[in-house]
Formats: sequence, structure tokens, C-alpha cells
Amino acid sequence: MGEGRESFAVAGQRADRRSDAPRRVRVALAGNPNSGKTTLFNLLTGSRQHVGNYPGVTVEKKEGVRRVGGVRLDIVDLPGTYSLTARSTDELVARRFLIDEHPDVVVCVADASNLERNLYLTVQLLELDLPLVLALNMSDVAAARGQVIDRENLSRLLGGVPIIPTVGNRGVGIEALADAIAAVGTGAHPIRHVPVSYGAEVDEEIAKLSALLEPQGARLAPRGPPWVALKLLEADPAIRDLVRTRCAEAETILAGADAAGAHLRTLLGDEPEILIADLRYGFAAGAFRETVRCTRESRRTRSDQIDAIITHPVLSLLIFFGLMYLVFLATFRLGAYPKDGLHHLFHYLAQAAGGLWPLGSTSTLRSLLVDGVIGGVGGVLEFLPNILILFLGIAVLEDSGYMARAAFIMDRWMHKIGLHGKSFIPMLIGFGCTVPAVMATRVLESRRDRLTTMLILPLMSCGARLPIYTLLAGAFFPVQWQAPVMWTMYLVGIVMAVVVAKVLRVTVLRGDAEPFVMELPPYRAPTVRGALIHMGYRAWAYLRKAGTIILGVSVCLWALTSYPKPPASDPTEPAAAAPQRAGPVQTARPAAAIEYSAAGRIGKAIEPATRPLGFDWRVNTALLGAVAAKEVFVAQMGVVHSMEATQDQEPEPLEAALRRNYTPLQAVAIMLFCLLGLPCVATVGVVRAESGSWGWTLLQWGGLTALAYVATVMVYQTGLALGLGAG
Amino acid sequence: MRQAAQRQEEEGERVIPDGGGRGDVVPLAALDDGQRGRLVRVEAGTGLRTRLLAMGLRSGAEVRVVHNGGHGPFVVAVDSSRVVLGRGMAHKILVRPTRDAEAPSHGPGR
Repeated sequence: MGEGRESFAVAGQRADRRSDAPRRVRVALAGNPNSGKTTLFNLLTGSRQHVGNYPGVTVEKKEGVRRVGGVRLDIVDLPGTYSLTARSTDELVARRFLIDEHPDVVVCVADASNLERNLYLTVQLLELDLPLVLALNMSDVAAARGQVIDRENLSRLLGGVPIIPTVGNRGVGIEALADAIAAVGTGAHPIRHVPVSYGAEVDEEIAKLSALLEPQGARLAPRGPPWVALKLLEADPAIRDLVRTRCAEAETILAGADAAGAHLRTLLGDEPEILIADLRYGFAAGAFRETVRCTRESRRTRSDQIDAIITHPVLSLLIFFGLMYLVFLATFRLGAYPKDGLHHLFHYLAQAAGGLWPLGSTSTLRSLLVDGVIGGVGGVLEFLPNILILFLGIAVLEDSGYMARAAFIMDRWMHKIGLHGKSFIPMLIGFGCTVPAVMATRVLESRRDRLTTMLILPLMSCGARLPIYTLLAGAFFPVQWQAPVMWTMYLVGIVMAVVVAKVLRVTVLRGDAEPFVMELPPYRAPTVRGALIHMGYRAWAYLRKAGTIILGVSVCLWALTSYPKPPASDPTEPAAAAPQRAGPVQTARPAAAIEYSAAGRIGKAIEPATRPLGFDWRVNTALLGAVAAKEVFVAQMGVVHSMEATQDQEPEPLEAALRRNYTPLQAVAIMLFCLLGLPCVATVGVVRAESGSWGWTLLQWGGLTALAYVATVMVYQTGLALGLGAG
Repeated sequence: MRQAAQRQEEEGERVIPDGGGRGDVVPLAALDDGQRGRLVRVEAGTGLRTRLLAMGLRSGAEVRVVHNGGHGPFVVAVDSSRVVLGRGMAHKILVRPTRDAEAPSHGPGR
């Protein structure tokens, strides 16, 4: 390794001196899932990362920068894929990026301990004729298994690509990898193109088709005719479309491709796509056999031994429920301390901001800042610690490899509702926030599975419902009953999700579950850094939501509850009549003013419809906020109740105001309605983007809200009939 | 690499039209925990076959059953990866069982 590294460093310096050498090198990281690609990306780019989306899809695109000498590496982390067919969104995204953006260097991150399969993807990258660097990650694991990899020989077989052994979780080989990338990117380390051969018969058809495509070369650029010919033989739908739309003699070409395909089918007795994939794998296997020597025979690995316990029919369930309990316990118990701290911080901020105005001021700006901005966003950010802990727990479960086992364990049950184990992962993330959960449904290959999972995800009680439960359970139930009430809400959500999934599966989304295939990654000790970065991504998405949607909504709601102002007989009267200390978070506004405002009027207007649910106009007004984001409900309840304060008194706590106005039964009705209905704006947005259809998005919104309405009416009316309606 | 591919073909693992002649071909689901077999073919559509192939489950690959609980999903080892398969799929993958004594080591020692 030392040798290789030295020579690249020298090459890098040489490149620096060349004035015409590109100073910016665009790099893409490709690799199998679980190859440690993201760990290498984190190590290469450090904290200088940027998360966005690939154009047109919500597949996360992570970008980062590293400097090597005078060269700047702009690194993009591609989605982890086993192959580059057009059969999944991730694969298409990766392939499109590689072709359209044509990065200066592609780093293929391979799991050295599973090299044969990882070389299969490497061969597909060679086909694209992109300058490669091969990172042999987890080379320590390979060594421990007694594998000796002849890097020099392997490099020669792959056209001279630099091969750098790395150990991602210990940070080994990162410098050497960066140097090699810079050397290839600046042209200091030339790489030869290796034509991949698929055997005489297939090669011949490729040559014929590619001759047919040659005149169209410019139209197909940057794809070379041989690659297009190969993909046409594989009947790749995306490439067929490309030819159809771009080429002059599309029909002739496609007919030629079909004929060639049929010829190969009769000659070799299988689908050309399978034949080619198999021959490609043959290359990988051949290269593997020529360059890897195994000094020791490994049978059961440590991972298998752990799996014997983790996937044991009885123990597995105990471990699973134990871990879930721990994660939620940490979320609520540990999260309570920083949450209280944040609560006081925002209270203090509101006081400080309010204190900028003279006592008893009715300044619009003060009200906007204190009630609208600090009250609204603060109320949401208080729950950030809980959500961070939950996401950290999920990140640890994912990074350690347990999450795939959980999907395996849950598969049996998920099958009963027509889904399979993989749907479980998005559902678990849904307890944090529905938005990343909907994105996580990408792991499901079948559209039917994906849609079913997506549609039921809002029923997983997300972090935003937590403030609602905390407030209402806290106000209406004795301490020993608060936790059971909250657990019940979570359970009701899960049960309803099961019911809805089942119903969807026998109605609009009928059909067999997609075959379930999933790799079980070996167990790994999660690194602190990796878990924190992983958690950070999701937390950032949540914060962005708080910063944008919730801020906007809070301000809108503030305006709706402030305007129009009632025609005051004496405009100075409220200030004179209610000399407030500049203390309370909510400035006092007379209840009549709220009732008169736009929000109040809407709340009143829909009262007849919500009366069977036990909601009055105040609840309706707050539900307007919940439409935008569930958390806003709590802040809005504060706004509509804070007006009851009389002079000389601190406004009474919200809990007391709620107890005066509602019964515990109504509190349960509110919680239930917020759990089941009104998916938030952010959810609507992400479901629209991921499902690609307004139809499904609106069906979800309408369906869940209707479900919430019916369920709440049933519970409330039954409660009343049983005499539970008394305060 | 060309050479390597040819060697691969000569082994004849790829072109196995059916299981006739060289021992019984059984569905993967019929193997018990720890039993090994060589994959003969997958009776499924092209899409699923390419997906399995990309994960290493191709004709000629040696697989070992890690977990066959009798119901629920199924775990197999192929090379050094562990793959979970739905039970339905374990019935569509046909293998020729290898007796432990003559089985080469699983993984890359072949």
C-alpha cells in the first residue's frame, strides 16, 4: 500500500505543476449496498457535505468536497446498487448520473470480503468506459478470512485502474484513495479502456448493431454505440426509448435489435438479458479466480453465529420487542430533559422579545414575533431532542445491520397484511417523521408494495403527534395513566395501518406480494461518527421543515387569528383594560377578537360538522394548523386559549384552560383524530413526488381523514352513550 | 479477462438446461439448515432472475441454507453474503444438493 500511495502522491504533484491540468475533478462514488460506500464518502468529505435530490426524483444526492494538493475533488455519493439495469429507481438514477454528468473519476467501492459479486458492478462500470478507481473496502475482513488479493494482477485485468485497500470504519487508506482519485482525475494516471467480451456469439451481434448505430453516434452521445448496442440486446427499456426518440431510423435499429435478440435466444437457449448478465458475471468470477487466493476455509462466520440467536424463532421476538422498547424508552425518558430545557429557553426568548416593547403594548410586530414566530416554531423545536434520539436509535439499528434482521423477523407478520419485511423499515422511520419514511419506501421494488406502504405511513404516529399527546394526556389524565394513553395511541395507529393495508390489498392494490429478496449485511459495530451523520441527515430534514413550513404556517395562522380585528369602540381600550406584565409567552387578546378573526369564523362555520366529534370552534381553528403540520395544533390551541386571561393575573396555564373547556373524552377524540387524519403538507408533498400521482396523494389525504372522522365519531358517541362525557 | 470467461464456460456451470442426469434437482426450500447445493436455475421472470443474479444467485453458484424455519422467510449464504428470500422464491430456485463430504468450501476457496 505504501508504494502505491507514494506513486500517486508524486503523480498528484506532477499534475499540480501542469498549468493546464483541471483543478476541479468531479468524482462519483458507486458501489453495492452495504459495501461501506457512505462511510468512505463521509471520511473523504468530512463535514463539508450537501444533501439535495437528483433532478426529478427524490433520491437523496449527497455531495461533498475534498482537497488534494491543489486539486479540488467534488464528490457525489450515488445510490448503492448491485447492478446498472433500468429495473429500479436507484439503478436508473446512478446510471443516468454516470452517463449524463460523465464524472472525471468513478470510484467503485467494493466489499473486499465479497469481491466476486462486487466485481460484477465493476464490470458494468468498465462497460460505460469511465475512468475508474477501485476501493477495496473492508480489506481487513477479507484478510481475516484468509483472502489474499493480487492487486497488481487485478489492476492489469481492469485496464490499469488504481486499486486501493481501505478499511472504512477505521479510516485506513483514505489518503491513498484521495491521491489516486486526483491522479486519475488530472490525467496523471492514465487508464486503458478494456473492451469487455461476452463470447463470440454475443460480441458478433453487438458489433453488427453498433455498426447500425454508428451514423447516429452524435444523437446518442455521450453513450458510445457499442454500449447502446449492448443495452439494446438486453432489451433495456430506457435505452429503447432513447433510440426511439432520438434516432432517425429507430424502427430499423429496434427491429435489428429484436432480430439479434431472437437469434441469441435460439442459439443459446435463454433470454439475451440473462445470457449477457451471466457472461458479465463470468468475467467477474474469472477475474476473481485469477487474483484472489484463499488461504483458509471459512465456514460459519461470527455473523452467522449471532444470527442463530437474533433470528431464533422465539428469542428473535424477545430481542426485537426489547430493542424497540429501549429505543422508545430512550426517546421519551432521555428526551424529556433536553426538551424541558428547550421549553424554558423558548419561554425566556419570548419574554426577552416581548420585553423589547413597553408594558401592555399591543404592537402588531410584538404579537407576530412572540405569538407567531417564537410560539409557533418554538413549540415544535422543543420536540427536537425526542426526534433526534429516535433517529439516532434507528441509525444505530441500521448501521449495525440489525434493521435488515428486523425486516426478516417481521416478514412473517407483514405477509399477513400483503406486504413483506422490507416495508417494516419505512414504517419504523415513520415513528420519527413521515417524510423520510416515505422516501425510505424506495427499497421496495414493486410499485404496489411501495404505494401500499406509502399510503399507510401517516398512521405510524410520528414525532409531530407527540406534542399533542403530551399536552392532552398531561392535562386530562392522572400521571400514572399518561404513558398508557400515549402507548394506546401508537398501538391504535399500528392496528389501523394493518387494517388499511389489508383493505388496500383486497381492493385497489390487489395482487400478490412481490418476491422478497434482501441482503443481510454482516453485523458491524456502528461508529459514533457514522451514526451521528446518519441521524443528522434526518434531523436536518425535520429542522428544515420547522424552519420553513412551520414558520410560514405559524405566521399565516397568526394572521388568520389576528385579522380582521373586531370593530373596537375604543381602540386604546384593550391596552388600557389589560395592563399585562411582559411575561407570558402569549400576549393576551380578548376571546371575542379571536372569534371575530378569520380563523375563528372558519372554526365556527365547520362546527356543525365537527360537533359529532366533540370539537368546538377553538379545536377546529387549531386543526386548521394541524393540516399544515401536526405540531402547530398545540401552539394554536395556546393561541386560542390564551385570551382568557384577566387583568392582574398571569394567564392561566393552557392545561387548566383545556380542563375548563373540555372533557377527557373530548381529549381522546382530539388525539384520535390527529393520529388518523389530516396528513400534513410535507407528507402530501413527498407522497406526490414519490408516487408521481396526485390521485394517490389525494386518495390518501381524503381516505385517512374520512377514516379519522368515522373512527372519532364512533369513539366519541360511544363514550357519550356510556356516560363518559362528564368532565 | 477473456481467458477467464472462457474458463468459466468450460466448467459448464452456466449451460445447464435442466437437472437431468446428475443427481436430483430440488427446490431450495427442500434443503435443511446447513445443507448445500449448486444452483441449477431459477423459475421466474427475467426481472427477478437478473436481480438475483446481480446478488450472486446465478446458475452454478454454490448456496448454503443458513435458516429454513419451515415457514416464513429463508436465509441462504452465497459466497460471503447472506440473502433473505421469501418462502415463495425458495420454491422457485432449483438446486442440486451437494453432499457435505464432496462439497468444496463455500465462499471463495473454490
